[in-house]
Amino acid sequence: MSSEKQLIKFTKKGIYCPQGKFYLDPWYPVDYAIISHGHADHARWGMKRYLCTDNSKTILQHRLGADIKIESIPYKQSITINGVKISFHPAGHVIGSAQIRLEYKGYVVVFTGDYKTQPDFITTPFESVKCNTFITESTFGLPIYNWKKEEILQQELHNWVKTNQSNNRTSVFLGYSLGKAQRLLSLLEGYDDIFLHRSIYNTNEAILNSGITLPNANLWSADLNKKTLQNKIIIAPPAILGSRMLKRLPNPATAVCSGWMQVRGNRRWQAVDAGFAVSDHADWNGLISAVKASEAEQVYVTHGSQAVFSKYLNEIGIKANELITEYGDEALAKAETETEKATAE
Amino acid sequence: MKLFSELISAIEITNKTNAKIEALVQYFKIAPDKDKLWLIALFTGKRPPRPVKTSLMKTWCMEITNLPEWLFLESYSTVGDLGETIALLLPEPSHTLDLSLHEWMTKLKALKSKPETNKKAFVLDAWSGLEQQERLIFNKLIGGSFRIGVSKKTLVNALAKLTNIDANQLMHSIIGKWEVDSITFDELIKGSHINYDNSKPYPFCLAYSLEKELLELGEPNEWIVEQKWDGIRGQIVKRNNEIYIWSRGEELVTKQFPELVDAISNFKDDFVIDGEILAMKDNDVLLFNDLQKRLNRKNVTNKLLEEVPIGFYAYDILEFDGKDIRGQSFEQRRMQLESIFNSVSLPEHIKLSFLVEFNEWKELHDIRNNSRAINSEGLMLKQKRSPYHTGRKKGDWWKWKVDPLTIDAVMIYAQKGSGRRSSKYTDYTFAVKKDDALVTVAKAYSGLTDKEITEISQWVNKNAIEKFGPVRTVKPHLVFEIAFEGIALSNRHKSGVALRFPRINRWRKDKPVDEIDTIETVKQLITAP
Repeated sequence: MSSEKQLIKFTKKGIYCPQGKFYLDPWYPVDYAIISHGHADHARWGMKRYLCTDNSKTILQHRLGADIKIESIPYKQSITINGVKISFHPAGHVIGSAQIRLEYKGYVVVFTGDYKTQPDFITTPFESVKCNTFITESTFGLPIYNWKKEEILQQELHNWVKTNQSNNRTSVFLGYSLGKAQRLLSLLEGYDDIFLHRSIYNTNEAILNSGITLPNANLWSADLNKKTLQNKIIIAPPAILGSRMLKRLPNPATAVCSGWMQVRGNRRWQAVDAGFAVSDHADWNGLISAVKASEAEQVYVTHGSQAVFSKYLNEIGIKANELITEYGDEALAKAETETEKATAE
Repeated sequence: MKLFSELISAIEITNKTNAKIEALVQYFKIAPDKDKLWLIALFTGKRPPRPVKTSLMKTWCMEITNLPEWLFLESYSTVGDLGETIALLLPEPSHTLDLSLHEWMTKLKALKSKPETNKKAFVLDAWSGLEQQERLIFNKLIGGSFRIGVSKKTLVNALAKLTNIDANQLMHSIIGKWEVDSITFDELIKGSHINYDNSKPYPFCLAYSLEKELLELGEPNEWIVEQKWDGIRGQIVKRNNEIYIWSRGEELVTKQFPELVDAISNFKDDFVIDGEILAMKDNDVLLFNDLQKRLNRKNVTNKLLEEVPIGFYAYDILEFDGKDIRGQSFEQRRMQLESIFNSVSLPEHIKLSFLVEFNEWKELHDIRNNSRAINSEGLMLKQKRSPYHTGRKKGDWWKWKVDPLTIDAVMIYAQKGSGRRSSKYTDYTFAVKKDDALVTVAKAYSGLTDKEITEISQWVNKNAIEKFGPVRTVKPHLVFEIAFEGIALSNRHKSGVALRFPRINRWRKDKPVDEIDTIETVKQLITAP
């Protein structure tokens, strides 16, 4: 059996596989990048070659440019590079998201990228993969973060739209254009007409191009009649807050949809009308169950509550270390906001 | 409690006072009578004594969740509120309890005297029978405050909107003496338990900041100039042997200042006077920071009365012997005020606001610049002919405050805020240079935009030295201009100086750390009184 050192090395450019000579979600330009999912802090511009899941391919092309050099394989099919067996396994985070499994001479490393263990109505559900070394995110690595079941969440969103409609208000849900937007679309499907901000509409087009089906929705374009939008549902990226486009809507009620909304202080921070804890990341119990199910002898904890979560894992007898990376919601938010601002009006 | 829980959710999400008022009005329209009374009691500080200690609640929660204490505390410092932390940590409810606010409060009142085992059984049963939001509210009912931005004034405005009753009368009604169990909602708001004729205040007359040259005001002898004392504006209403003190926020604060009530009872006449409530010791006006220790206290202890005695500077008189004299000129009203004050012997801490003697406008500049030495904020200029206006009117009254002092300091600690601010690092500690090291000079909470706070929070996350606990030590890098109203030597502070009202003036992104002030340059700002 080989050792962890042959498979992964933590470098300034990102997580490197010395044996395979490729990087996992690197944050600086490299020759060969294997990408867990399409979010801006994981799939960055400037790599000479990309490898991702079939479901992520069109998303990456949409976001990074049609001219990138990119290959893809389906979930759970493997490909061998320099003797390292690589496969993607569903991460339940956003459409196309995957954990990356590396195997060399019997030693297995799993890099989760971002993941969510609870099933939803739209992403391929998370599948646990056994390994020797498990590199996990920890965005919501505190026991205060526990998500509601999808059905209950759906009921809450529907109730909010219903209340808004009885007050003659248009419901505007705010969430990132890749991931949260499709999740919201699946939660609100069939309740009433849904209109999508252009950046989300375009992302959806890219997803549809990979052969995945999505609920029907219309483009929210500037020339639409106010009456068409009155009392309807709009899904838009958070960058829209404070924009003229939002102000032009008839009597809008805004809701931020994010795991951070679990805490009252966060709900009240932004001047919005509601906050729903809809997250695409694992909650506390999800993180612990994923770590345990991996049966790994070594865990590395990346972006989020890495100090807290790794300390706790060590206390319950699982060897864990912190790993500082350039992933994380804030980095993502910044990158996403820049792309979304560009398309906002 | 569902209705109450929904009300709290609706109020806490919005930062618009009108939306809060609207939510309250809707609640008052449909809630049961006793629930409405409890809501008013809870939001006006009439809550019953805490039946269960917070330390016990924390212990029980750790028992149920099987979490180590450090992890509980880590969660607490992220959430910023103990009741909410517990509500989030507890497992899903196993059964459903559906009691009204009144029923919960009655049970909680009865719980106070019970043994600990009964308390534990009761609390655990409630925790496992309530949804997350209701659980949070249950924890708050035990003794926390809601911190959702509903002041007495907001509550009163909602009641006024609902009933069309005068807001000040409602204020007197809800602040007055009443018990949930012996009054109906209707009786309460109609004020059956109070005599509003005796307490009715007038709207305060307010001044704008001076926006022109003194010379443009006309002849100096048409004006009266006073110090702008830095306390809280107060209106003292004395009618038919009853005394009421109203604050500028239109709250009744009579009970907070017993020494004022005592002193005012020396007067024989009935009147309504306007003035400044101040902390005052040995004839000197103390800092506003001292006065704050006396504000919004449920009980004023003897120790506090001794530590921070309260005084009053009278500015104006609005009513004399039952007659509204606001239409008279300020000069006439001032004479009336003086004659009342000269008619009785008064304790030292009740005074007439003294007038600033001057013949020419230019003399005022020095007087204004020296006002800091007597803990005044600057000067008030009042036109002798002016009536006592309702609210803020331009032209007759001007306030002319001293410019704040400023220093450049570096941030060394950051702490998360509470309530709306609990998600961000909003409370900072600043230092200046002392030899080769840094020394703390001020803590400040306000003065930045939400956007700047978000940016700083992200920076703190990346640059913090500790990983656990609520306070983060950061590398000294971010420089801010700190403004403050006064500075004095102090033995209690490590730096040797105390700043008054420090706040962040601006973020000096342009200034490197080695250019911040030194403790010596800071001390040079102290002017001898």
